[in-house]
Amino acid sequence: MSALPEHQFDDIEQQYDAAYSGMWIFLSTEVLFFGGVFFAYVIYRSTYYDAFAEGSRELSVFLGGLNTGVLLCSSLFMALAVHAAQRGRNKQLIRYLIITELIGALFLGIKFLEYYKHYKEHLIPGLNFSYPGENASQMQLFMVFYFILTGMHAVHMLVGLGVLSALAILAYRGKFSSHYYNPVDIGGLYWHFVDIVWVFIFPLLYLVKRTGG
Amino acid sequence: MTTTVEHENYLTTKLGWKSWFFTRDHKRIALLFLLTVTFFFFVGGTFATLIRLELMTPQADLFTSETYNKLFSMHGIIMVWFFLIPSIPTVFGNFLVPMMIGARDLAFPRLNLLSWYLLVLGGVFELYAILSGGIDTGWTFYTPYSSQFANTHVVAALIGIFVSGFSSILTGLNFITTIHKLRAPGMTWSRLPLFVWSIYATSVILVLATPVLAITLTLVGIERLTGVGIFDPNLGGDPLLFQHLFWFYSHPAVYIMILPGMGVVSELVTTHARRRIFGYEFMAGSIIAIAVIGFLVWGHHMFVAGQSPYASMIFSILSFAVAIPSAIKVFNWTATLYKGSISFTAPMLYALGFVGLFTVGGLTGLFLATIAIDVHVTDTYFVIAHFHYIMVGGMVMAYMGAMHNWWPKISGHLYDEGWAQFSALTIFVGFNLTFFPQFVLGYLGMPRRYHAYPPEFQVLNVMSTAGASILAVGYVVPLFYLIWSLWYGKLAPENPWQATGLEWQTPSPPPTDNFEESPIVTEEAYAYERAA
Repeated sequence: MSALPEHQFDDIEQQYDAAYSGMWIFLSTEVLFFGGVFFAYVIYRSTYYDAFAEGSRELSVFLGGLNTGVLLCSSLFMALAVHAAQRGRNKQLIRYLIITELIGALFLGIKFLEYYKHYKEHLIPGLNFSYPGENASQMQLFMVFYFILTGMHAVHMLVGLGVLSALAILAYRGKFSSHYYNPVDIGGLYWHFVDIVWVFIFPLLYLVKRTGG
Repeated sequence: MTTTVEHENYLTTKLGWKSWFFTRDHKRIALLFLLTVTFFFFVGGTFATLIRLELMTPQADLFTSETYNKLFSMHGIIMVWFFLIPSIPTVFGNFLVPMMIGARDLAFPRLNLLSWYLLVLGGVFELYAILSGGIDTGWTFYTPYSSQFANTHVVAALIGIFVSGFSSILTGLNFITTIHKLRAPGMTWSRLPLFVWSIYATSVILVLATPVLAITLTLVGIERLTGVGIFDPNLGGDPLLFQHLFWFYSHPAVYIMILPGMGVVSELVTTHARRRIFGYEFMAGSIIAIAVIGFLVWGHHMFVAGQSPYASMIFSILSFAVAIPSAIKVFNWTATLYKGSISFTAPMLYALGFVGLFTVGGLTGLFLATIAIDVHVTDTYFVIAHFHYIMVGGMVMAYMGAMHNWWPKISGHLYDEGWAQFSALTIFVGFNLTFFPQFVLGYLGMPRRYHAYPPEFQVLNVMSTAGASILAVGYVVPLFYLIWSLWYGKLAPENPWQATGLEWQTPSPPPTDNFEESPIVTEEAYAYERAA
């Protein structure tokens, strides 16, 4: 349970500060990383509005909405985990981390179910895409962005699950205390960020225009 | 007779290959980067040599047009991503930033090492793409050529750049955190050496622009592998969107490639003229201003690409605006020299070369920001000459200047001043002979990226090739005398230039922890008058 700073730092507070700002800077990189695809998507969404609305109606707003709820719940438990870590309640911390992970895995399960439906409906570009109607190629463009955005998000979820597992193992080994919980905090920042990305993905992809068509 | 450093230092504290490949010492990692970027510099330089050889005569004699396409593409890709972008930040930034702010290391030493491995991994992909047949898309990877038509190893090249991009991001993240959190007591923002300011601004660009490049290249890779048409007009995609995304990164990247050079020159000019920098606040402010405005000018690469003329006008005006902070810097360097006691050492020669060549490159940048002139000279040698004046005349000169100025600190040995001055002058002469004729060629209408040209352009092309051979000599000679100095050079004292920076207040080469005891800063940077 040693909290000795690494040799480049004068004290442990300085080390925490540095780790925080490192994570925030990393998240700003991530914003621009997703931002590039969001930008391209928004351009095409305004150019081919009708086709993209058609595409959007192919998605299940029920499953997407359910997943939004699921992910927000996982954020709640992540916040509880950080809270438990601050208070030095190690058992609670481990429990909340595992619950967060289970909910995260549930999200990925539902996402996979959606992908499977698209596969059945021949909506996967580059694999089995076939769509009737004159908007087929723009509709394919929509599905391309759907898979890129949700795929990138899913990869970030997988990384997040890895981070949380590592934190849970460290907690199980008794590495954290109310004086030393900085990694949990930083892991939490990342997890919340991945959630927030979904909060933007959901309306952009699923809620283009639900009526008509 | 060989000379050996006696005191324990970062080079001798641990020996064996493991102590290097698993090191977390920023100074050792800087040397790993130094070897890597030097290697890539000579790889890229080899392609440049082949290009210049082909262009000696109007007709094609050495290469087919396909091979020539590959040569200039690989020259650009290697030089931009594997030399210019990492050069000063990863080598001198790594070595000097912690020392200049009085820290023992960067904030994240392990990330720093990871950053080197990522650059090497990216480089391996690039070398694979080169050795297995090359890439012919140009360094810009314009769609739909790169996504549908190019018949070469585009995906491997894209992966290489993607991976090296993460190296850039981690380096930038590390510097920003370090400069914010690890400054020694008394090292306030207004006392930071300008080199640190320039690395800070560069890091912000690295962190905010590189991810956009990463995602853009990913989109090209996805389109290429699956044929889904993200940028393919037949399927509703927009090739112009690629250009917007690409230049949103690549224009700020130009400033990644020049800001660190500006930082170096501020150090060299003050040290070797023994003068306080003229207008410190303006110098620091102009660095930040260039970085910020640099994010808003990418459209000036697309004046002929079919974007709205109103957008072009805005981009043109914003591009002119970059000239203001740039000019402030040139005037302030000049004003710093005024009444200074200037010694024409090799680092000073490089610094003076930088100021002159950067001015030419910057002024021709204004020509290109003017829409009507740009339409006339787009894709001609005028553009080539312009950016080589910035990239080679600016950044590489600054890199060489930094190499000489801090060589005693890095190696613990003094280089041979006579040879160094000789090579600095050779580089200056060779550079101008290579690239000045290209302004004329471009103005007369010789397009870039062709291996053959009308016979009336031959005289200027021969001049350029002759200059390139002189330039090559200038780059190879330092390799010999710097390596020679490692064994036979005189031992360097703690502060051979009598400079004021914190990095000179510790033995050469420094101990692993940089300082015997943590320094406390009591005065501003460049307090030369007081010292004298």
